Amino acid sequence: MSLTSTLTDAAQVVTVNAERIDAAMAIQFKEDMRTETEGGHSRIILDLSSVEFIDSSGLGAIVAAMKQLGSGRRLDLAGLTPVVEKVFRLTRMDTVFKLFPTLEEATAADVQ
Amino acid sequence: MVETFACSFQATQLEARDGIGSVVDKLRALGLSETRAGEVQIALAEAVNNVVEHAYADRSPGDIRIRCNLENDQLWINIWDAGVPLPDSKLPLGNPADISGPIEDLPEGGFGWFLIRELTSDIHYQREEGANELSLCFDIEIKNC
Repeated sequence: MSLTSTLTDAAQVVTVNAERIDAAMAIQFKEDMRTETEGGHSRIILDLSSVEFIDSSGLGAIVAAMKQLGSGRRLDLAGLTPVVEKVFRLTRMDTVFKLFPTLEEATAADVQ
Repeated sequence: MVETFACSFQATQLEARDGIGSVVDKLRALGLSETRAGEVQIALAEAVNNVVEHAYADRSPGDIRIRCNLENDQLWINIWDAGVPLPDSKLPLGNPADISGPIEDLPEGGFGWFLIRELTSDIHYQREEGANELSLCFDIEIKNC
C-alpha cells in the first residue's frame, strides 16, 4: 500500500497511490493510515483520485482510519471516482464523511 | 445476442482480485457501459469476498468458479464454491448497516449483502452436492446493439 502525505496550513493531505482499496489490502491500508496520521494535523484529507475501485472491506478500512484518529480530528475525502462514490452513496457513508469532488475544493473549503 | 464465458480461480484474496478483474474486463469488452461494469464489479467483489472470507474460512482455500451469461438485456453471473453453506442455508437479508450512532460506534463491515441486493435485480442461492451456487442477475443495456 502506498500512501504519500503533504502538510499544508489547512490540513494534512494523504494521497492513496493505488488503483484499489479492496479486501486484499484493507488491513494494510488501515495500519498505514495509522502510521501516516499519528499525531498530525487535526484535519486529514484523504485524496482518493487514483482509486478506481473500493469494496466493503476498503470502505470499512476508511471508517476504521477515521475512528482511530480519535476525537477532535476529522477525515475528509476528496477526488472520489464514480465507483468509489457509488459505494459511499449506497451505504449512506456519504452522510458520515464530507466528500469533495476534487482535492482543490477540499483544501479550499472552510471546515470547522 | 447470447454470450457465455467462464473462469475459475483459487479462493484467495489476490486470486479473487484478478478473477473479478478479468470478468469485468470481459463484460466491458462485450459492451457494458463503464458505469454498469462498475456496479457489477461491486456486487461480484462482495459475493466473491464472502466465499473467500466465510465459505472457505477455516479450511484451505478451494476453487471459485464463475459463469456469466449475457442474453438480451440480462446478465446472470453464477458463482460456485465448495465451502461451507450460507448460515441456515439461505440468503442473508442484507439490511443496511446502522450508521446513526456516534463515530466510535460506526460499523466497519456488514455492508456486503446489502450492496449485493441493492445492485442486482434478482438473486438465487442453492446448496447442492456439497457446493454453493449463488446466481446474481443484472439488467443490462448494451451499447451499439
